[in-house]
Amino acid sequence: MSTLTATDVQPAAPERRRTKAPVERKARRRSASLGLLAWVVGVVFCLPAIWMLVTSFHSEPDAATNPPSIGAPLTLDSYRIFFGSGGGPSPWPPLINSLMASLFSTLFVLVLALPAAYALSIKRVEKWTDVMFFFLSTKMLPMVAGLLPVYLFAKNAGMLDNIWLLVILYTSMNLPIAVWMMQSFLADVPVSIIEAAQVDGARLVTILTRVVAPVAAPGIAATSLICFIFSWNELLFARVLTSVKAETAPVFLTGFVTSQGLFLAQLCAASVVVSLPVLAAGFAAQDKLVQGLSLGAVK
Amino acid sequence: MSPAGQAHSPAPRTAGRGPGTRARAWATRAPLLPALIFLIAVTQLPFVATLLISLFDWNSLAPDSRSFTGFSNYGSVFSDADLRDSVFTTIELTVTVVLASVILGLLLALLLDRKFMGRGFVRTLLITPFLLVPVSAALLWKHVLYNPEYGLLNGGWAWFTGLFGVDSPGQPDWISEMPLTAVEVALVWQWTPFMMLILLAGLQSRPLDIMEAARLDGASNWQMFRFLTLPHLRRYLELGILLGSINIVQNFDAVFTITAGGLGTANLPYTIYQTFYQAHEYGLASAAGVVVVIGTIIVATFALRVVSSLFSEEANRA
Repeated sequence: MSTLTATDVQPAAPERRRTKAPVERKARRRSASLGLLAWVVGVVFCLPAIWMLVTSFHSEPDAATNPPSIGAPLTLDSYRIFFGSGGGPSPWPPLINSLMASLFSTLFVLVLALPAAYALSIKRVEKWTDVMFFFLSTKMLPMVAGLLPVYLFAKNAGMLDNIWLLVILYTSMNLPIAVWMMQSFLADVPVSIIEAAQVDGARLVTILTRVVAPVAAPGIAATSLICFIFSWNELLFARVLTSVKAETAPVFLTGFVTSQGLFLAQLCAASVVVSLPVLAAGFAAQDKLVQGLSLGAVK
Repeated sequence: MSPAGQAHSPAPRTAGRGPGTRARAWATRAPLLPALIFLIAVTQLPFVATLLISLFDWNSLAPDSRSFTGFSNYGSVFSDADLRDSVFTTIELTVTVVLASVILGLLLALLLDRKFMGRGFVRTLLITPFLLVPVSAALLWKHVLYNPEYGLLNGGWAWFTGLFGVDSPGQPDWISEMPLTAVEVALVWQWTPFMMLILLAGLQSRPLDIMEAARLDGASNWQMFRFLTLPHLRRYLELGILLGSINIVQNFDAVFTITAGGLGTANLPYTIYQTFYQAHEYGLASAAGVVVVIGTIIVATFALRVVSSLFSEEANRA
């Protein structure tokens, strides 16, 4: 009854405003305080990472104080030492190895996944959902279960401590994710433009590179960034299959503490440097990150 | 996935018979084959090899005494105290980390699902832990936070109690006093953002008209959450739990870095690594590997069902 008068009878409007105003103000205040809460929670949650960044700019004595020295002067010393003027092992070879393993495996993933996704989304093969689930099931096979045979194979084939072995393994690690992600991105490409290209006599490679790729470009870029992140982060295989020549950045980090003793500021600087590419890739792919991480199941 | 896409699936066009049909079917399959063959070769073959090795008594330090032992390695996996413990550690670690990060992730997602100043920046702050290289994150917790002498946890506590004039506050050695919890906390910190991202996507895909209708009908916030949001989020919760489980079961980085598997924190992946890399027990390590796979398959069967339901929902929607 009351809603009826409030909505239907015009003269009731001023009265309604009077009764609603305090409610609105209360809601606004509540919303503002929740916003503030979100800020506090965000900063507290991120605090360990922020503290790592701050510590990396402190001198070693300032880094190892109790209570923590928040206002200590900032210095680039740790970064200078990390990048080789400290007499420790140079971080460049492992960083370059990681970059190579990540870039090449991402490239191979794209070369293999793009045609596969095309066959699974645009030119549908029969039983395409079964194929999709096969791809996914390989991702659920724990990597550690295949580690020993891979190690034995590499040892016999003389491929231990070889970055290309990691490239192959990382390609297989990321391929299922990439197929799922790209499948969902390519499904968004309008079929009409593909048909038009086919009528014009375009071949598969032309269709993929000239028609599909440009439309699905943002999705392909996000897929690449996520594959890059996973390859860059990988530790187990790199730890077992590489030693000196092909050591990657995460392996270098784990060895960093023991070879240098515990230098907190240096450790923080090293962690910041190694994490930087991943942070950059992750922030860049933020929008599509969820879709990638949920294998394209959530848009 | 679009109706048009279905109309152009090969089925109607390949209705005719003859060699042309088969050739066309292969032409359709061809783009798929490189990925499929590569994946089978690199992921399935090693697993078959693991399966075979698990049936042998094989220590690489004594290569001459390699012999076929059938399933006795599997007996060892469950009778060897260390290996058996690592099975339970894996379960405890996975369940704790996944549940805690889902609950925290849900709270954070609810907090972020409203407009406020600088929301994008807060979101970036919240996902940062997930974007640190896992080894960096583990090292950060081990040395920068947990260190009993100058770690941030004890340092911050000393600073806080110092404000109230306490001279010698408690300064626990976190890693040796509560090793498994220390690993779990670090992992929860890393995985909460992942759960938050998935659940936030779920929150933002709620049908607005239904929410509005419920609001007009006078539903309270709690009622709306209980009867609309939670049922809608169910699939996203399942997806987060299952993808999280699959990843945490396989965790190596945190266990390896924070405790090196000591003090009862060795999970199966770490134990397998150690059994084959340091103890050179190839047969035993392979059997443990197969056990992990069987465990994962049980979880994955549910995972596939959940993902499959999300997937078919999307196929119907389009």
